[in-house]
Amino acid sequence: MTEAFRPTLADKASVLEGLPDHPAIKAILAWNPAALEDARFDRNELTLAIAAGKIREACATVQAAGYNFFEDMTAVDWYPAVPRFQLSYHILSHAFKERIRLRVMVDEADPIAESITPIWAGANYYEREVFDLFGVRFEAHPDMRRIMMPDDWVGHPLRKDYPVEGYR
Amino acid sequence: MVQLAGMPTLEPAKGAHDQHMVINMGPQHPATHGVLRLVLEIDGEIIVRVYPEIGYLHTGIEKTCEAKFYQQVVPLTDRINYLDPLSNNLCYALAVEKLLDLEIPAKAQWMRVLLAELSRLNSHLIWLGTHAMDIGALTVFLYTFREREEILRLFEDISGQRMMTSYIRIGGLAMEPPLDFLPRVRAFIQTLPEKIDEYANLLTGNPIFRNRLKGVGYLSAADAIALGVTGPPLRASGVDFDLRRDMPYSGYENFQFQVPISNDCDCWARYEIRLIEMRESVKIIQQALDGMPEGAVKADAPKIVLPDREKMKTQMEELIHNFKIVPEGFEVPAGEVYQGIEAGHGQTGYYVVSDGTAKPYRVHMRYPSFPTLQALETMCKGRMIADLVAVIGSIDIVLGEIDR
Repeated sequence: MTEAFRPTLADKASVLEGLPDHPAIKAILAWNPAALEDARFDRNELTLAIAAGKIREACATVQAAGYNFFEDMTAVDWYPAVPRFQLSYHILSHAFKERIRLRVMVDEADPIAESITPIWAGANYYEREVFDLFGVRFEAHPDMRRIMMPDDWVGHPLRKDYPVEGYR
Repeated sequence: MVQLAGMPTLEPAKGAHDQHMVINMGPQHPATHGVLRLVLEIDGEIIVRVYPEIGYLHTGIEKTCEAKFYQQVVPLTDRINYLDPLSNNLCYALAVEKLLDLEIPAKAQWMRVLLAELSRLNSHLIWLGTHAMDIGALTVFLYTFREREEILRLFEDISGQRMMTSYIRIGGLAMEPPLDFLPRVRAFIQTLPEKIDEYANLLTGNPIFRNRLKGVGYLSAADAIALGVTGPPLRASGVDFDLRRDMPYSGYENFQFQVPISNDCDCWARYEIRLIEMRESVKIIQQALDGMPEGAVKADAPKIVLPDREKMKTQMEELIHNFKIVPEGFEVPAGEVYQGIEAGHGQTGYYVVSDGTAKPYRVHMRYPSFPTLQALETMCKGRMIADLVAVIGSIDIVLGEIDR
């Protein structure tokens, strides 16, 4: 625990009020206020929920605002909730020495999201991993193939309805 | 073009000459440091494309974590990056402690820093030995493994295990270090700087080693950032960023150390930077030994931290806590956290999502070798196949952490 915990800001209104000068929030509001669906500041981590289909532009916006390093991206399966998949992007700023999380929800019926590889080429493997283990496809990805499992594997192991052991 | 079973269809690039050939390297090639398989498109001996094929070590650790209690995940983290086990323990423990909002005693934090640096030395020593061996300098391997053996003995001293230590737990350390541990560490790091001089004597002036590394594996700062490269390769590309200094965790803000930077962007720069990092690690360990605070090594949280064996056998309360934690785990407040640390190979990060139960809803590990491998093609395009071997050594990948 190197820094003191700041209080949790649970919803969008309180985050906008509590962190009025945050560069990422300012940039996203200047670009498209409707794309920021929700926000949360919890355990010193800022989460911005981005509207579906807007994640690539949102990444370009925060990149221009100084969040230059794509660090990590993964999915969480909230089965049986709707929408089912949550994609979490962790983006780091070398200048501000700070990290933000962008979140976008993806529906189970047609699990497809925008690829951010045009902005950070390093997202390539991460998106392939999410495709392989969760079955979420990425539009305009240069090489959308399985990465961990064999090419002829049936099913997506990290989904919650896929058993940990035994037969499917 | 011969098509091996299971090989991705790699059509030679458009307009390519007929003599382009697709060959397979690995997964059992001695220079690939594990089970890395590369599909190479070559023109004579010049590399046109590199296609890493991974997943041979995939064991589904992230899935397994979802079926375990929080404290049962700790031993799994050792096995991901088996060369730098304590950094994995540390990163996971910090992430869960952030979810729990748990205060860690000062001694535990300083011990964690000391152990993380020993672990970094362990990782860098293996890198140096195997990297030099790939280039053809076989002697250095024996020298570095001599020192690594001493580090493994230190790990065995504190945890009973040489590699899979699981010594850093949620809420502190597994137990008090033995009385002779700190003096042994002190004796070890007093001799280490001259040992590093010895390696440098063998390699830095060696014309073959120099020629194999200088100007090879060029990676610009912009490419390194775009591809998600972290750790020594990022700093060798001139980006001045180290999580230990810039976003300190576990009390790193109390330590003074330099972060080496180079603008050469080649394999040689990565070699030099790791050597300096080893010397800086020695300084950090020295500071940790000199300023080691007194006190407990476990947080005061009886519902989370297992009781001491001795107390458990004599006190009813402690016995009850033991019986609660072991079969039922402990509940962690709902939420999501990401904790990043600077491990030996680069930035490690744990993303832990809790739904309020005793088992993690989702654990995702960001390991530095995974994105760094993507940069392999950028570094090797247009170079000889022999340079590829030098580059694989210089980016220091561990296949266990790529495949998880």
